[in-house]
Amino acid sequence: MAEAPPMLDAAVAFGRVLRGAGLRVGTDRLVEFVRALEQLDAGKRDDVYWAGRITLTSRAEDIEIYDQAFEIFWDRGGEARTRPSSKMRLRVPQPQDSVLPPKKRVERNEAGREAVTMRYSPVEILRRKDFAAYSPEEFAELNRLLADLRVGGALRKTRRLEPSRRGRHDPRRTLRSAMRTGGEAVRHRYRRARSEPRKVVLLCDVSGSMSSYSRALLRFLHASVIAGTHLEAFSIGTRLTRITKELSTRDPDRALRQTAGAVEDISGGTRLGDAIKEFVDRWGQRGMARGAVVVILSDGWDRGDVEVLAEQMQRLSRLAYRVIWVNPLKAAPGYKPLAAGMAAALPYVDTFLSGHNFDSLEELARAIADAAGRDR
Amino acid sequence: MSETRNGRRGALPSGVSRSEDLQKRLREHDYLADTGLSTAIFLALKLGRPLFLEGEAGVGKTEVAKVLSRILDTPLIRLQCYEGIDVYQAVYEWDYARQLLHIRAAEAFGEGGDTERVEKDLYNREFLISRPLLQALEHQGPNPPVLLIDEIDRADDEFEAFLLEILSDFAVTIPELGTVRAERPPVAVLTSNRTREVHDALKRRCLYFYIEHPSFEREVEIVRLRVPQAEESLARQVAAAVSKLRTMDLYKPPGVAETLDWAEALVALGARELDEELVEATLGSVLKYHEDQQRAASAGFAALVGGGSGG
Repeated sequence: MAEAPPMLDAAVAFGRVLRGAGLRVGTDRLVEFVRALEQLDAGKRDDVYWAGRITLTSRAEDIEIYDQAFEIFWDRGGEARTRPSSKMRLRVPQPQDSVLPPKKRVERNEAGREAVTMRYSPVEILRRKDFAAYSPEEFAELNRLLADLRVGGALRKTRRLEPSRRGRHDPRRTLRSAMRTGGEAVRHRYRRARSEPRKVVLLCDVSGSMSSYSRALLRFLHASVIAGTHLEAFSIGTRLTRITKELSTRDPDRALRQTAGAVEDISGGTRLGDAIKEFVDRWGQRGMARGAVVVILSDGWDRGDVEVLAEQMQRLSRLAYRVIWVNPLKAAPGYKPLAAGMAAALPYVDTFLSGHNFDSLEELARAIADAAGRDR
Repeated sequence: MSETRNGRRGALPSGVSRSEDLQKRLREHDYLADTGLSTAIFLALKLGRPLFLEGEAGVGKTEVAKVLSRILDTPLIRLQCYEGIDVYQAVYEWDYARQLLHIRAAEAFGEGGDTERVEKDLYNREFLISRPLLQALEHQGPNPPVLLIDEIDRADDEFEAFLLEILSDFAVTIPELGTVRAERPPVAVLTSNRTREVHDALKRRCLYFYIEHPSFEREVEIVRLRVPQAEESLARQVAAAVSKLRTMDLYKPPGVAETLDWAEALVALGARELDEELVEATLGSVLKYHEDQQRAASAGFAALVGGGSGG
């Protein structure tokens, strides 16, 4: 135990590295880490590794990040054990200032001619303006508009019961009322299944071809996530990334920064079919997509195998209650679903919307809300 | 706090003071845990923390709780979660039928007029049915019980918040009776199949371990240990075939539980070597989806049987 103080320092420094890489490592967890080390052999690499992994990670996705951080900090760190240096860098992408498109480019495109006039553009015009033509100021305005948007699933029956005039017998309440009538259950009480919002899953394409829209759409995702409890968000590109947690920070800019940090394939290519397959395999089939309203926000450009996409869309449509596809290109005059991916996916889509401006996002929010309203 | 309550040993079984000892003890009780898992279990017992186990279905999460109850020689109390589970099914429920009879009886003996007393009598411990969580808190015995909270991802958020409370204090308040507090906190094991992300606050209360499919060698060992009638060569062939199936992109890749089912089925048929015919006859015990069976069939059973078995 003579080593205890340096161990604590090292633990704190290691915690800082992990936090920088995006793990949520609070003081409580670090204390737990040190306590765990006291029970094991802090001089053995494996013991330190497991003590940290067991106390400092809390989901499967954390493990890869933890392994990298561990290797850099403990294996290559050398004297870092006692004197951690701040020079240590992880390969995990660091959060950047903004999500797509990079701020500078937007400013270069927009700042000169339009920024000044647009600052005063009335809300009505802004609502109909294509996201691709937004200035940074208008994005700030968009946040305010989105804050008022209600996104939530339509109601569905759950297994939880609530009091009702007819339905299943409720012994608890029957007994309470029987007390008042001398033990005679004069009036029987009943309860029935409560209605709850359906789950909503949003899958947002963040590949290069979507770059003029993904920033606004991710903000829509953020507004949805913080408004609704039964909501899950993913980004799709060459791979699938779950971003519900990153988006659940209230401040939109911070949430988007965290998301940019977590999503490794921003602005890359798209493998829609593979990403949707991964979603169905890992999440959808196990329950997330069952009876849910699934929304895909993508232009349908797929560099992968289109047949995979068609097959996976079919699987998804069987699991989900409704599939909504949002394609910002749809608003263009004379749009036809020429992208092979889009054409392959359309037969399995219940509702096809545009999503290129605020009005269309409002329409999307409405579509999500009544997706199941008609026949619940 | 739990440390002082449990003494210096925590809830560790006697004779176990290092994680290696525990690993050996687990093996003696037919559970093969790798270093990571046995360290996690060791720390959970020693530090008195709930253990949160995640992983694919069938990797042996539930089994951990079962083997712990055998090692600690203490009952296993299991709470199976499902959508809509609430306090009445998880903690306690009043026995309405008996309460109603009690009111009638009081009435018959002419005590019905004293409603206040009758009501007081009604909410008495004897009319309370304890469900798993309360059972675990009230347990009396030389060792604290093992509390298995199975498939927590199936329950909903409200229930999670409630569990968080129980796992922090190991106490529960029944409005009509008062607070019930565990003398010694139960050894809590939570499992999740990840159909839903369980809330961070709950996970932060726990030690976390992600169980993966075992390596080939370990799986052979598991088969040998759990299905001793299976010969070495058969065990190796089964393990090899299963690890091939796991790479096949199936809806439900087989877990260890399926491997064992399969080995048992083969032994029951008197098999000593795996061949294509046997695979076809017993495929249902390892692949439970029709689509998966078709996929395996179209890949050819020969591929499953031949090569790579390291025989």
